[in-house]
Amino acid sequence: MRWIRRVLLAALTIWLVASITFVVVEQAPGDIFYLMAQEIAQTRGVSIEVAYAQVRSMVGYDPTRPLLDRYLEWLGELLRGNLGFSYFYRISVNQILFQALPWTVFVLSISLLLSFGIGALLGLVIAVRRRSWLDPLITSYASLTDATPDYLTALLLLILFALNLKWFPSKGAYDSSLTPGFNLPFILSVFHHAALPILAYTLENIGAWALAMKGSAISVLGEDFITFARARGLPERRILTHYVGRNAILPMVTGLALAFGGMFGGSVLIETVFHYPGIGWFFKFALDHRDYGMMRGLLILTTAAIVLANLITDFVYPLLDPRIRMED
Amino acid sequence: MRAFLSDFLSALRGNRRALAGGLILAGYLLMALIGPELIPLDPTMRYAERFRPPSLAHPLGTDYAGRDVLAQIVHGSRDVLAIAVLTALFTTSLAVGIGALAGYSGGMVDAFLMLLTNIQLTVPAVPVYLLIGSVFQVRDPIGFAALISLWMWGPLARAVRSQILSLKEREFVEAARVLGLGTAHILLRELFPNLTPFVVIHFIRIMRDAITASVGLIFLGLAPFSPTNWGTMLNLAVFQTGAIYIPNALHYVVAPMAVIVLFQLGAIFFAHGLDEILNPRLRAPA
Repeated sequence: MRWIRRVLLAALTIWLVASITFVVVEQAPGDIFYLMAQEIAQTRGVSIEVAYAQVRSMVGYDPTRPLLDRYLEWLGELLRGNLGFSYFYRISVNQILFQALPWTVFVLSISLLLSFGIGALLGLVIAVRRRSWLDPLITSYASLTDATPDYLTALLLLILFALNLKWFPSKGAYDSSLTPGFNLPFILSVFHHAALPILAYTLENIGAWALAMKGSAISVLGEDFITFARARGLPERRILTHYVGRNAILPMVTGLALAFGGMFGGSVLIETVFHYPGIGWFFKFALDHRDYGMMRGLLILTTAAIVLANLITDFVYPLLDPRIRMED
Repeated sequence: MRAFLSDFLSALRGNRRALAGGLILAGYLLMALIGPELIPLDPTMRYAERFRPPSLAHPLGTDYAGRDVLAQIVHGSRDVLAIAVLTALFTTSLAVGIGALAGYSGGMVDAFLMLLTNIQLTVPAVPVYLLIGSVFQVRDPIGFAALISLWMWGPLARAVRSQILSLKEREFVEAARVLGLGTAHILLRELFPNLTPFVVIHFIRIMRDAITASVGLIFLGLAPFSPTNWGTMLNLAVFQTGAIYIPNALHYVVAPMAVIVLFQLGAIFFAHGLDEILNPRLRAPA
């Protein structure tokens, strides 16, 4: 019953966001179609009226039809998986998205795992060794990265490691002279190109994860079962990994989906800085070319991806944490 | 009020981090308020003097057209801070309104407002800003602040709601209700004063987030209405003039970055210190 409610809520969220973006894009200044028509009229040598009619039928934009009709037609297409039409490329946004999405998901998932893993480990260590030099160091590091917007971290990495030291490439997702496929040079090139974006996200997020883990671990350390484990004479290392670590990391799992969403939003800036052809880069491209159709498709897809990530966390969490299962 | 202020100032003096943060923020405020009168902005292009390193005449060097970088930073601060303060005002009002209404009414109103809040928290802000901002063509700081406020109220609204939920069951609210005082009186005179410290701290956080968001959006090329906004400076350095490829031009890229990070640090320290001062349970024993 609870799952049905969750899934319905997720569907409702996507539908509301899609409908709002439909209405917003309807408000777009109409001259974008006129500009497109002018271009077509010039290149194909037809009159501006003919070109304008062509554009309207291509985009599916016909201001004479009632708004509700157009909305229902668009919604029907959306339900069939068509995210809309790119005003610039004059093809369905789907072709662009399904090319771009894997890159973004690839970089984001590696960054998320890296920052979560390293952060959780550091947090556990400083929770146990409260008086070591590591604690103030990590706290200051967390404040500093909190103060630095992610796109500035990315920009610094780009200037330092790509433009000055030239250790990493400054654009693209792989070396274009290689054939994409399952071969070692291509895979190496993919990682070489993704390294800086991954580093930017990871550096930016480690501190926050470490502080969250520290707080979580400190509260677990006060539990009776830790005292009991110590009284049983278990080795300290085993207490740390099996008793403190496992219990402290669980509440943080719910934060993973939230962080994923935040990183997805930040990808517009990060991918633009590194010229990385994920969906964030295409969002910037759409902004530059006033391609509202592409922006709308990208926003709906991003929302769907995050809602899905949240849903997966909701399903997985009770499997990881038996205490939650019992409460159901 | 005066007793509160003197109490507050003495607590501030005892809290070094809050003091440092407060001084940094006061410095930015001064820079935005009187800086532009002190340091004139000379827009004349002198390409012979482009990308000069920092010197006495140009403490932060010159830009791609030989103009003083410091003057641009100072003049830009007015724009950046105006957007930050306006966004914090709009967002706080919106969030307190939505949170209080949801928490106090309960029922269907609460369910609907919480659905909206969840959507706001789920859908990432930057794409929303880009879509709405480019469709409606934001052209001034007020419009920009309104745009950012549209997608930033979620966390505070949710926090205010849970505060109201716990406060409305307390005896003093029940007493006010028994006395026959109206909903407006209970909300404005009984409940809101209890939220003040907490809202003040969120106000500072929202200013920080507003600067991160607005500079980032203008950096991407959305609504370049002010030529000296730090975001415009970064946009010019990265996308337009190729300054990031020129080692001599590093100061031009780093200057806007440094003022942003320093502001954020000041705000973090000040908010953190305020939290300790206003929340006696966190106050370190003297």
